[in-house]
Amino acid sequence: MGRANCPTGHVSMGVTMSEPHDDDGIVLTEAQKRARRSRSIAIALALAVLVILFYVMTLVKGPGVLVRPI
Amino acid sequence: MSLISEGADFHRPLPAHAAIAEPSLATVGDYITLMKPRVMSLVVFTALVGLAIAPGSLHPFTGFTALLCIAVGAGAAGALNMWYDADVDAVMTRTARRPVPMGRVQPGEALAFGLTLAGFSVVTLGLLVNWLAAGLLAFTIFFYVAVYTAWLKRSTPQNIVIGGAAGAFPPMIGWAATTGSLSLEPVLLFLIIFFWTPPHFWALALYRADDYARAGIPMLPVVNGAANTRTQILLYTLILVPLGIAPWPLGYTGAVYGMVAAVSGAIMLMLSWQVLRERAPAERASRNLFAFSILYLFLLFAVLLVDRGWGGLIARLAT
Repeated sequence: MGRANCPTGHVSMGVTMSEPHDDDGIVLTEAQKRARRSRSIAIALALAVLVILFYVMTLVKGPGVLVRPI
Repeated sequence: MSLISEGADFHRPLPAHAAIAEPSLATVGDYITLMKPRVMSLVVFTALVGLAIAPGSLHPFTGFTALLCIAVGAGAAGALNMWYDADVDAVMTRTARRPVPMGRVQPGEALAFGLTLAGFSVVTLGLLVNWLAAGLLAFTIFFYVAVYTAWLKRSTPQNIVIGGAAGAFPPMIGWAATTGSLSLEPVLLFLIIFFWTPPHFWALALYRADDYARAGIPMLPVVNGAANTRTQILLYTLILVPLGIAPWPLGYTGAVYGMVAAVSGAIMLMLSWQVLRERAPAERASRNLFAFSILYLFLLFAVLLVDRGWGGLIARLAT
C-alpha cells in the first residue's frame, strides 16, 4: 500500500481518491523534501571539496606524487 | 537447510516500525551538531599549533588539508560518540537535545555518518599528507570511541583521566603532519592537555553531578564524592601548572610564553584552591574554574603559536 502525506508532517497510511496512486510508493512531505534536498546539496559540496583537494594536492606535490614509501 | 535460512523466519510479518522506515527529517545542521563543532574547534586549534611550531617546511595547502582531515576526524569521533551514547544523552539535561535522542537522526544514520567521515578523513590524510599523521588520527578516533566512550565512560571514575588522551593527541597529529615524525616537544603538548582535562571536566562534573548520577555515569563526584574530587582537582592542577611552564625552561619558547604560563597557571591554582575550600551546594568556584580552564589552555597554545609558530607559518607562506 502506498503512503500519503498527513497534515502533521508525518507519513501516514491509507489512500483517498485524490491522493497518489498505490504505485507511487513513499510520498515525502514538503519538510522531508526540503531536508533531503539540503542533505543532497551538502553531500555534493563535500564531494566537490574532496575532488578539488585531491586535484590541488596533485599539483602541489608535482610529478613525484606517485613516488612514495610504502 | 542453509545457514541463511536457519535463523530467520521469512514468513513472519515485520513489526510496523521495522517495515516502514520513516523518511528522515534530519537537516544539515543536525549532522553538523553530530560532529560536536565546539570540541572540533579546540581540536583544530591545538592541531594547528602542533603543525605550526614543528620544524621543517610544509606547503600551506598541505597544512590546510591536514587540518581539514583532523577536523573531520574529530567530527567522526563526535558522531560515533553520539551514536553510542544516545541512551545516556537522552537522560542528561545538557545533552538531551542532541539530534539522536531527539529522534531527528536515527542511530544507524549517526553510525554510518561517523564511520564514513572516519574512513575518509584517515585515508585522505594518509594519501595527501603522510601515514604517521593518518595512523595517529585513526588511533585517536578509535581511542575516543572504543576506549573512552564504549568502555571507560560507563565503568570507572577515571574515565576522563585516561580518556582525556584522545583530546590530547591533536597537537601530535599536527606535528606529525609537518615532520613525518615525533619528538619530545609534541609529547609535552600532549601532556599539557592530558593533565588539563581532569580539572576541566571535574569542575563541570561537580555542578552537574546530579545529571551524571541520573544517567548512571560514574564520574568522580558521583562515585567518590565532592570532597575527594575537589582534592584531586587541586592535585592535577599542581602537576599541570609546571607542565604548562615547561616549554620555556626547556628552550622551546621565549620568556613571554613563560610569563603568560606562570601568571595563568597561578590563576588556575588559585581557582582550584577556591574549589577545594568551597562547600556544597555552592558551585560558583567550580563554574569559575571550568570557564577559566578553557581560557588557560587557549592562552598557552595561542602564545605558543605566536611565539614559535606564527613566524614559521609566515615564512612558509612566503616561500
